[in-house]
Amino acid sequence: MNLLAIIGEALRALRLNRLRTGLTMLGMIIGVAAVVLMLSIGQGAQTTVNQAIASMGSNLFIVMPGATSSGAMRQSSGSVQTLTIGDAQAVASLPSIKAVAPIITGTAQLNFGANNWSTVVTGVTPDYFKVRNWSTEDGEVFSDTDLRSAARVVVLGQVTAKNLFGDEDPTGKTIRIKSSPFLVTGVLAAKGQSLDGRDQDDSVFIPLTTGQRQVFGSQFPGTIRFMMVQGKSAEAMEEAEIEINQLLRQRHRLVEGTDNDFTVRNMAALAAVATGAAKVMSLMLGAIASVSLLVGGIGIMNIMLVSVTERTREIGIRMAIGANRRAILTQFLLEALVICILGGLAGVALGISGAWAVSRAADMVVVITLGMVGLAFFFASAVGIFFGFYPARKAAAMRPVEALRYE
Amino acid sequence: MASVQIDSSTESLIRVENLCKTYSLDSGINGTVNSQVLYDVNLNINRGEFVAIMGHSGSGKSTLMNLLGCLDTPSSGHYWLAGRDVAALPENELARVRNHTIGFVFQGFNLLKRMTALDNVATPLLYAGVSRAESRRRALELLRQTGLGNFAAYQPNQLSGGQQQRVAISRALINNPQLILADEPTGNLDTQTSGEIMAVFERLNREQGITIVLVTHENDIAAYAHRLVRLKDGRVIHDGGVTA
Repeated sequence: MNLLAIIGEALRALRLNRLRTGLTMLGMIIGVAAVVLMLSIGQGAQTTVNQAIASMGSNLFIVMPGATSSGAMRQSSGSVQTLTIGDAQAVASLPSIKAVAPIITGTAQLNFGANNWSTVVTGVTPDYFKVRNWSTEDGEVFSDTDLRSAARVVVLGQVTAKNLFGDEDPTGKTIRIKSSPFLVTGVLAAKGQSLDGRDQDDSVFIPLTTGQRQVFGSQFPGTIRFMMVQGKSAEAMEEAEIEINQLLRQRHRLVEGTDNDFTVRNMAALAAVATGAAKVMSLMLGAIASVSLLVGGIGIMNIMLVSVTERTREIGIRMAIGANRRAILTQFLLEALVICILGGLAGVALGISGAWAVSRAADMVVVITLGMVGLAFFFASAVGIFFGFYPARKAAAMRPVEALRYE
Repeated sequence: MASVQIDSSTESLIRVENLCKTYSLDSGINGTVNSQVLYDVNLNINRGEFVAIMGHSGSGKSTLMNLLGCLDTPSSGHYWLAGRDVAALPENELARVRNHTIGFVFQGFNLLKRMTALDNVATPLLYAGVSRAESRRRALELLRQTGLGNFAAYQPNQLSGGQQQRVAISRALINNPQLILADEPTGNLDTQTSGEIMAVFERLNREQGITIVLVTHENDIAAYAHRLVRLKDGRVIHDGGVTA
């Protein structure tokens, strides 16, 4: 019994019933395409989240002015500016802390020549760029000297640079922020979306001191909007959080039993949650898609059962002229497998083009890996063998006499 | 193939002893009902014989044919085919016997639909493990011998009944069987075509010494054989001359 010849027989049988074969295959195509598409969307979401996390910087805390109570009235977080530059400096001296970046923000109108653009202006110290692991693409970030002298210097994000300058090189040029001239010292590298979906490249950075004294002003001089704190290591994060809490409670003279007037947020924990959520979503998409693969498999079993019954006489004839049970089993199993493999190939192609279309239409990141394609293909074949086996065995178990007599 | 090799010194090709066949029918509320179709059939057919088996419907002749063709297994008794006890062989071995030793010709031709005459004739060799090219060469040779060389690429429904039966005979012959079992081979054919088909059997028997066992209910068809076995109610009631 030669396998190649039996594959030929299987292909012949499938060709004889083109419409039926095609429709059965369609179930497989849709199933495999769905799996590939869903996996690629899930993987894309994971990649997006991972990139956002990586762009945030590592071992990060964000310390914000917290919910305060004045008398019986509780106010929302950030409504009172309780954090000061002094707090930031104190936190920076903690042993478990690597760097601290105090931050003030505001929105302002920027001008360069005839172009103008409104964006978030962030006042930071040079440490901010280290904490965020953010380097320049062109030029330099401002220096500690600029910070001390409250110099009018600015570093531009990619999107802002493009909007103000177009194709021109911004470094060394002067823009106006709220009509004051600022020298552009550099343009930052692209960073992409943050975890909360903001475009981080649509921003400009000026020295903290310059911001406080010349751009925003403040009701309470020396206060900051929030600070980013970088821990020394991933292992020391919990310890660092306790230290920050203790230090700030002490500095803010909070007696035992009162609430914190600040909030310490561990971004690593947040990142873990986001990663976990993306993973779960990815798994769920895959699970939903595999249901359609299962339905496709049941379709194959259904058609193969009909086919076996219809071809009972053919099976009888083949047995009479010398086909043994294994030859019959192999032929019908191969028919199911061929449907699955061809359907799997078409499904992979459809899934990849679908993923491409989704990434184009919805501006989503999709990731297709070879492993994913292999997985879908493997499952398609497994479904074929699993659901093809029962009908094939039914065909092979027929008694030649009865099969021949079948009308 | 050593196990199928035939000891050609044995004169007897088919030897049947006390062959019985009982069918169990599940009749629902009454449980199973046994219905015996063959009772202690004894039969010896030598190599080169041309035997006709006759009997009314229900006489058990088709059952006997199926047993002789290894399409079914007896309930009890012995069956030696070419010196080998085949009554209790497992299905895979039976498939091999059918493939190597026996050629079948059926009343309804039983060709595979939508497959060319050539492929139909070649199919048994697929299961014998012969290469495709060799199978097709031998199939074409056989079709030429039966006068169908020009019809090799035709499908069964494009051929006349007589041509289809010739294709079926070619298929039966492709693996050089020692025995041809023909179950009412002319049942679906007109008188003239029947004569032509029977002439083919006669020639195969005379020129190649192939043993032929033929089931029929027509006396003039049985007349082509050299020996007649008549069955009634599952028993052999005549075994001898054709004119009986």
